[in-house]
Amino acid sequence: MTASTHADTLLGDRTTSFAAHLARRGPIPWRGAPGRLVADLETAGLTGRGGAGFPAWRKASTALDGRDPVVVANGAEGEPLSRKDATLLRDNPHVVLDGLQLVAEAVGAARAYLYVPAGRVSAAVLAERRAHDRLPVTVVTAPERFVAGEESAVIAALEGGRNPLPRFRTRPAPVSGVDGRPTVVHNVETLAHVAMIARHGPSWFRRRGTPDEPGTFLATVGGSVATPGVHEVPVGIPLDELLAMAGGSGQVALIGGYHGVWAPVGPVPVSRAGLAPYGGTPGAGIVHALPAHRCPLRFAAEVTRYLADQTAGQCGPCLNGLPAIAATMTALAAGRAQARRLAWLTGLVTGRGACHHPDGTARFVRSTLTTFAAEVAAHEHGHCPTEERS
Amino acid sequence: MTARLHVDWTACDGRGLCAELLPELLERDPWGYPIPRRPGPIEVPEDLVRHAEKATALCPLLALRLGQTAH
Repeated sequence: MTASTHADTLLGDRTTSFAAHLARRGPIPWRGAPGRLVADLETAGLTGRGGAGFPAWRKASTALDGRDPVVVANGAEGEPLSRKDATLLRDNPHVVLDGLQLVAEAVGAARAYLYVPAGRVSAAVLAERRAHDRLPVTVVTAPERFVAGEESAVIAALEGGRNPLPRFRTRPAPVSGVDGRPTVVHNVETLAHVAMIARHGPSWFRRRGTPDEPGTFLATVGGSVATPGVHEVPVGIPLDELLAMAGGSGQVALIGGYHGVWAPVGPVPVSRAGLAPYGGTPGAGIVHALPAHRCPLRFAAEVTRYLADQTAGQCGPCLNGLPAIAATMTALAAGRAQARRLAWLTGLVTGRGACHHPDGTARFVRSTLTTFAAEVAAHEHGHCPTEERS
Repeated sequence: MTARLHVDWTACDGRGLCAELLPELLERDPWGYPIPRRPGPIEVPEDLVRHAEKATALCPLLALRLGQTAH
């Protein structure tokens, strides 16, 4: 049992010096040639932990076929409820940077980038790495914006765009990304799992999680909880168990952040399969318990207002539709609008943007209308059940 | 192979030419932007491909792409 040194967990002891990191986790397990790690990632069944859940091996496998690939560690973490990437980069940056080097080796990369908000990784860590990394890593500052971490916005930033925004694409990034090169963009947590799989092997990784969705994920647990924080837990952990780890209370929780869905606090598995009945996924691992005294529709009005403010303003349906959604949700929460209009507006924005910002917003609104159908009906008749209870 | 029409939403300005040239497939949303008559991807049937090509070429913002999808 190695629990005392936390050598097989993503968080645990804070390790910011490279020497201490190697002493704790062992040397970087180089594979000696491109391609070799890809099979391990496929056997492990690792999927992206940034939200989309795409199989990690497939990006590498596609990029391998092209010339001079680019690899990117994406720690933009634009979602306001998420803290897991910042926590990981603060406590164990080297496990992420090991993963970046290993993916670079696996695809035969010519360039490597770390894309993070200003100050997210300490200068001391970066200086120490420079002396050891086989492929030098260029640090690019991610803007503080909700859609900053969207893959095409990341690529725009790495190409030197002053105001990097999502773009219209017809080819996937692993085929054509930064300057037309094959580009593998991984969330920083995904890279940390790559480094763990490289050290401990795919069957070790599959020991936790579910057979279809193996491994662990970093959950940011907040809202109506005693101790908000980030926990590494197996995929498929029951929602009530996860909330209990943080001293949570409440009847319902938002899963996956502002683009996510509501689920009842109970034995619902936090996995793609477990959340499918609610129309969602674990996304980037956010679990936010709604306090009992909060009116869900007012909460939703604040979220949709934020999401409307975060539109990049490039795509007409998003630019026009999201403010209309926010205004209608605000009016509904005040008893001055009908849910029917919201349902119509969400239909108008879905699938109509360069990125998934309108789709994610629509998903959150639909989930709110379904989950809180009784509250919605009461508000349409001018009552707020939450207010009347208190 | 079916043809599929893609809209580059970052380029589209809602001029509406495409909806006039392809009324069988497109109408305009409340803000003037093209929206498919049937929700989902814009599949272009054989007999409308030439009209779709024309719309793609005539869009003043070059915001349309006509692609092939394997089926």
